[in-house]
Amino acid sequence: MNVVVCMKQVPDTTAKKELSPDFTLNREALEKVVNPFDEYAIEEALRIKERSGGAVTILTMGPESAEESVRKALAMGADSAVLVCDSALHGTDWFGTCVVLAKALESIEYDLILTGMESTDARMGLVPAGLAEMLDLPLVTLVSKLEPHDGTVRANRQVSGGYQEVETSLPAVVSVVKGANEPRYPSLKGIMAAKRKTIEKRGLSDLGIPTAQVGLQGAKTQVTAVTPRPEKTAGQVVKPESPEEAARVVADFLQERKFI
Amino acid sequence: MDFSLSEEQLMIRDLARDFARNEIAPKAEHFDKARQFPYEIVAKMAELGFLGLPVPEDLGGTGADTLTYALAVEEISRGDASVGITMAAHTSLGTMPFVLFGTDEQKREYVPRLASGKQLWSFGLTEPNAGSDAGNTQTRAELRDGSWTINGVKSFITNSGTTLSGGVTITAVTGRRDDGKKEISNIVVPTGTGGYQVAKDYDKMGWRASDTHELSFQDAHVPEENLLGVRGEGFQQFLTILDSGRISVAALSVGLAQACYDASFRYARERQQFGKSISKFQAVQFRLADMATEIELARLMTYKAAWQKDQGHDFRMAAGMAKLYSTEVATRAANHAVQIHGGYGIMEEFPVARYWRDVKIGEIGEGTSEIQRTVIARLLGA
Ligand SMILES: Cc1cc2nc3c(=O)[nH]c(=O)nc-3n(C[C@H](O)[C@H](O)[C@H](O)COP(=O)(O)OP(=O)(O)OC[C@H]3O[C@@H](n4cnc5c(N)ncnc54)[C@H](O)[C@@H]3O)c2cc1C
Repeated sequence: MNVVVCMKQVPDTTAKKELSPDFTLNREALEKVVNPFDEYAIEEALRIKERSGGAVTILTMGPESAEESVRKALAMGADSAVLVCDSALHGTDWFGTCVVLAKALESIEYDLILTGMESTDARMGLVPAGLAEMLDLPLVTLVSKLEPHDGTVRANRQVSGGYQEVETSLPAVVSVVKGANEPRYPSLKGIMAAKRKTIEKRGLSDLGIPTAQVGLQGAKTQVTAVTPRPEKTAGQVVKPESPEEAARVVADFLQERKFI
Repeated sequence: MDFSLSEEQLMIRDLARDFARNEIAPKAEHFDKARQFPYEIVAKMAELGFLGLPVPEDLGGTGADTLTYALAVEEISRGDASVGITMAAHTSLGTMPFVLFGTDEQKREYVPRLASGKQLWSFGLTEPNAGSDAGNTQTRAELRDGSWTINGVKSFITNSGTTLSGGVTITAVTGRRDDGKKEISNIVVPTGTGGYQVAKDYDKMGWRASDTHELSFQDAHVPEENLLGVRGEGFQQFLTILDSGRISVAALSVGLAQACYDASFRYARERQQFGKSISKFQAVQFRLADMATEIELARLMTYKAAWQKDQGHDFRMAAGMAKLYSTEVATRAANHAVQIHGGYGIMEEFPVARYWRDVKIGEIGEGTSEIQRTVIARLLGA
């Protein structure tokens, strides 16, 4: 059973983010990590491989620096990786990302495509759906448990208050929900072995994708302005004389705002 | 001159950093207070390969270079020095003697299970009357009828009394040399050997979650082939072991000093007095600047010693300097850290109180600061 995990490199969630003049994230300056949500998908893929054999391939679209994160996924135990890198990809939106990933998938053997539930930087969560649509494959989102066998996959899909049990044929696209498993640390031997694994680098021309379809020019929507969340205003400090007065002040405050 | 780390070194450092931050640091207070050996943490480290980093791959290790090993010890110790010394003592003092001096059979027999972390191993040099004067070993081993009979006492032996402890390699007097001096050899004593007793663990001021015991040998018998390498080379062997061990204690101290800085920086920015955060006061800023500067220097010296070893150069002086400087920097850093925390630094709820207790051992274990200065002076030719 061959599994492809679509993985993205994102800025460290704790990093302070800065935007470039074209409103894209300035990724250069930031500490970068494997998208934390994708770690669950990688772990799930590795468990499938450990149970039933096959290979795990990492597929990433990103800048050159994404190689570092791809290497980490290889150190966790993935077998090989494809990294799509091209300066024309700058500013690509979710749709363009799906075009690129779908095209790259044409030359990878797979029975199952796993993704994280969303990326921590863009937070759209649209790639799994877009990918399934373009590849004309079944889609199961927000999966917490996954059992592929004999050309089908059974999955628990998280819904509010519980889960659905869903079954579909393979190949399929499945997005894995946060907390589905406990992603492993790469082992030290894994790290040493990762440098001997191949990362296949592809550009847009290798994939035969016209640059007009991707990048800022290919994006379906345009960000025209960005406004930071207003700073929290300073609270109001009251120094009541007695407990009774304190209670009255709090009660008045809540009543004024119709909380009580 | 190139100060950049390889991709692999960075990955291993980052892994150790993440692991220390997520798995070690949050539990350090508990294990310290309870004076408990952190079995679960050690098991996880074993699984990831942290307990056999510099051991060659064909002996079951990770096959990393000394610099990578130092990076890992530093980051692990930044999470907790007790875990750091457990790893460093097991590797540098417990496992490497087999790798460096063992016969082929000894390597095959012991190293794979030690590198995998299935067992821990200790090195027993110090005795009640042989501390800094480590050559004054009084423990004796006599070869009779194909086995060694051992009598003596060893003090302060790390990793000797856990349920994972496979045994100890001890220095012992095995005879007299032609020049009349003691002939010292290293002998391998497995846990459970009759006559070999591990006393109750010491109640230590620092490194409280690490495992330290006094060992006694009363007519303890081990087979003749438990001699490590060549008879009479024990003294030279332990000098070599200590030279490398110093790099790991230096790395441990850099990690601990960094933990002192991390806590101080955070606290100084949060703590408000006189209407502003105390990090705005120059007196506090200067402490932070001194800490950051000294830590960086200690780190550079430690990496250089490791690098020199990896290059196959004579690294003895560099290792001594790194150990001397890093441990003293760590002590100063812990002192600054408590001062910056004020009264809260005295409270055990804050990690700096533990750092302050942990840090002092660095200047004592594996050769005191005085002994480092003596070693450096001797190498200088003074
Ligand atoms: C927590 C812990 C773990 C340890 N783990 C191990 C272990 O796993 N294996 C092991 O073999 N040992 C271990 N040790 C022992 C450690 O290496 C010794 O404590 C150390 O070498 C000092 O010896 P000592 O304690 O006998 O002090 P002493 O040698 O008695 O020193 C007392 C003081 O005198 C000074 N002094 C002594 N001689 C001189 C001199 N010639 N010139 C100037 N000053 C001098 C010393 O620097 C020191 O300040 C451990 C110790 C501790 C505290």
